[in-house]
Amino acid sequence: MPLLPFLFLAALSIIFAAGVILQRHPVHSLLSLVLTLVVIGILFIGLDATTVGFLQMIVYAGAIKVLFLFVIWLLNLQSQPIEGGHLALKFVGALGSAALIAELLVFVLHLPPPVGHSKPLALDYGSIGKLAQGLFTDYLVAFEVTSILLLVGVVGAVALARRTTAGSAPGGAP
Amino acid sequence: MLIELLIGAIKAIIVLLMVLNLSAILLWFERKGSALIQDRIGANRAAITGVGRRLGLPNLGFVNTLMADPLKLFTKEDFVPAGADKFLHALAPFLAMFPVLITFAVVPFGDTLIIGDRHINLQAANLNVAALYILATIGLGVYGVALGGWASNNRWALLGGIRATAQMISYELAMGLAIVSVVMTYGTLDLQEMCRAQGGVWFGWLPRWGIFVQPVAFLLLLTAGMAETKRVPFDLPEGESELIAGYFTEYSGGKQAVFMLVDFAEIVLVSALITTFFFGGWQFPWLYPDGFHLPGGAFFALPNVAVAIIGIISFTVKVVAFCWLQILARWTLPRFRYDQLMRLGWKGLLPVALANVVVTACVIVLGGV
Repeated sequence: MPLLPFLFLAALSIIFAAGVILQRHPVHSLLSLVLTLVVIGILFIGLDATTVGFLQMIVYAGAIKVLFLFVIWLLNLQSQPIEGGHLALKFVGALGSAALIAELLVFVLHLPPPVGHSKPLALDYGSIGKLAQGLFTDYLVAFEVTSILLLVGVVGAVALARRTTAGSAPGGAP
Repeated sequence: MLIELLIGAIKAIIVLLMVLNLSAILLWFERKGSALIQDRIGANRAAITGVGRRLGLPNLGFVNTLMADPLKLFTKEDFVPAGADKFLHALAPFLAMFPVLITFAVVPFGDTLIIGDRHINLQAANLNVAALYILATIGLGVYGVALGGWASNNRWALLGGIRATAQMISYELAMGLAIVSVVMTYGTLDLQEMCRAQGGVWFGWLPRWGIFVQPVAFLLLLTAGMAETKRVPFDLPEGESELIAGYFTEYSGGKQAVFMLVDFAEIVLVSALITTFFFGGWQFPWLYPDGFHLPGGAFFALPNVAVAIIGIISFTVKVVAFCWLQILARWTLPRFRYDQLMRLGWKGLLPVALANVVVTACVIVLGGV
């Protein structure tokens, strides 16, 4: 990926990400988050991970953020003032973010020097076939365990959300 | 380099103009079509200058609807309700329009055109993961409708927006799975490759179109696609007897015109996708890159330009036919109840789509297709 578009997209994603926490209304924050994820998807595509980039847009920017929108609507969240909040919360937050920044600094300082574009990528690098091959051979167990975990989460959510009618035991048949 | 850019720009503009023009013509088509079905005359004040009538031409209301409607809408007051989120209210129509229009970039409208020694692929953007791209843009299309409803600060609009969002994400699943089974059949995500794979014949006469391989996926994509366009029988988000106009209740003037145009552009999109996946795209029966090979063994040679033009016309005719089918359905079927809509999406289409994917996979593995 050429340097200039990369810098532009990177700056854009950081601006949108800042918008997520600086906007006062939850819906505006959500929109900033959607834009951040779309830009990150474009970055993936620019870095030859085309499939991952589009999956990022379908799953995160498209499907999951729409669910966030539903949650915001159903809880009827309104604009929140930026000031306020408990002092202890701010203290813990500052500590946490300091730890994250320190971690990032350590990581950046220990990066190997950039190698440039010395090695050309394989023709099918990042293609959906290559991705599927990895998922169903080398990472089969992790992949299946993750899908079972998600399935359990879905079933659990449905079981918890299900209203029990009068007379039947909780969790029983309706 | 420059000429490549120029060709790309021309292709993009042609696709965009084709879509926008067809959407506008569909507006007229819908009025006259509904009139035909309901035994009325329909839009009939066509003679702006009286020329057509003086020459004895049939009065179709064509000019009226194509010119007077946009003129009327764009000169009306652009009303923003009190308490509305002004920025999102203004942004929403375009947020709805943009994903629909960019989806057409990957739809091939013809085979390769050869001018001189230059091979021009008649497709605005040749993307090798086009099917994923379509799913991504359709997924992002939800936001325009949802935010339009929310930003209007109106209960009807909000309810319409919520209904539209729930409906679209429910039917996206069936739609995505239908596309998955098509992708498995052709073994590629590239739409141009899919069209090429649908060339040739079976038994010496039957075109190798996707409809004959994946009839279930065709019905799924047609139904889910019609639900995505949010029109009768799936027009709960804008059901006028319950919600005034649903998510665009508080829109007027040009922005409302854009929302209307989105509806028609979505019809064109669904038709284009069905044509590409199941009806060979730009394929014309028995037409090969070198000319017609008729079933009897007769052969007519054709130059490349003629083949390309026949391909473009064939694609357009198929798309228009499916637009007509959707408008026919809109004026024939009654509206669903909301629980019926959700039951059809989740308990009807989704299991069928999943079963179709499994059956397709079994056939591919066992049959070695």
